[in-house]
Amino acid sequence: MASMRDIKRRKGSIQSTQQITKAMKLVSTVKLQKAKTHAELAKPYFNHMYETMTSILSKSSNIDHPYLKAQEGKKAIIVITSNRGLAGGYNSNVSKLVTESGFDKDDVVLYIIGKKGREFLGKRGYEIAGDYSEAINEPLYSDAVEIGKQVLEDFAEGKIGEIYLAYTVFKNTVSHIPTLMKVMPVEVKEQEEEAKEETPIPMNYEPEEEEVLSMIIPKYVTSLIYGALVEALASENGARMQAMDSATSNAEEMIQDLSLKYNRARQGSITQELTEIIAGAEAIS
Amino acid sequence: MAEEKLFKLKVICPDRVFYEGEASMVELDTSEGQVGIYKEHIPMTMILVPGVLKITEAEGVKEAALHAGFIEVLPQEITILAEIAEWPDEIDVNRANEAKVRAERRLAAKDADLNIVRAETALKKSLIRLELGDK
Repeated sequence: MASMRDIKRRKGSIQSTQQITKAMKLVSTVKLQKAKTHAELAKPYFNHMYETMTSILSKSSNIDHPYLKAQEGKKAIIVITSNRGLAGGYNSNVSKLVTESGFDKDDVVLYIIGKKGREFLGKRGYEIAGDYSEAINEPLYSDAVEIGKQVLEDFAEGKIGEIYLAYTVFKNTVSHIPTLMKVMPVEVKEQEEEAKEETPIPMNYEPEEEEVLSMIIPKYVTSLIYGALVEALASENGARMQAMDSATSNAEEMIQDLSLKYNRARQGSITQELTEIIAGAEAIS
Repeated sequence: MAEEKLFKLKVICPDRVFYEGEASMVELDTSEGQVGIYKEHIPMTMILVPGVLKITEAEGVKEAALHAGFIEVLPQEITILAEIAEWPDEIDVNRANEAKVRAERRLAAKDADLNIVRAETALKKSLIRLELGDK
């Protein structure tokens, strides 16, 4: 049995770890609330943009637009992770989406947001075309504009042929789903196309369809990136809150266990001392 | 105002729903010029340029600054997706003034690598902010 002093020291160290995890949990709870409202406020724009896009594409068939065609080139993945760790499986889940996507490593360029993803994927030899890690601390719409502009420029120049977005969807406080989503070329889902056909209102455009599309598609991409950023931030804090919560309760369990051991050791040593004293007294008499 | 003349209007920004309500007319600037839209307009999608958004409601007229975005018009419903929208009381007049001076200087300097379109847009935005903010 370990000595009393060892057990006490161990208990002390776990207690201070527990204090840290508890504090981190509180901090991420507050941050989660903030990020959650942020994400909820951003949602209408994001959703409407998506609806508009799909309705434009389904109502006006046969549009020939470079943004809508798949082209030769590398696959770009915008990977959104966090700058800080201690968030459970949050970062590795997103990184795994990339490594397990089935794309050839040499065929992929990454636009990274978040230090953790950069470290993980950079080490595995992925080509990193851009790093916007600052953006995840406080996602602004202008950050999304900047990233969107960069990827679209590369797309227009033919450096990349397809654009994907790897991020964590914030479904609710306890469930976050890592998702790999195709951004470009824009695809309309089959079922939505059918749903729209019930109301065949021909849409008019001012200026011409193609011009409108060249204006709207960058905005669409930007809004996707912005939506992904705010959702990822909410997910990050949610994941960290959960991780820290379980860390705190694990620490609690260990402390209980150690307290028991400590008391036993204390009792054992007292009994031993008593026995020694009694034995000593008997020897004298 | 007659009830049947009202249509649903939504103005959505990336960070919030800017306006949601019923209006009888909405006026704004598009890439093709100024437009005013009533109910039962044919379906139309237009691109916005920086300008003043005027919403005529049953109770009166509301004004806001609108920069970049697009508008989707359906007979019963109009949705504006704006990248930036501001009510007059949200506009920082001093900042807008500064931006205006800066943009004017940039345009006056005529540098070779000057992005004229960008400077002009900045100037336009600041002018609109000033126009509304000064009221």
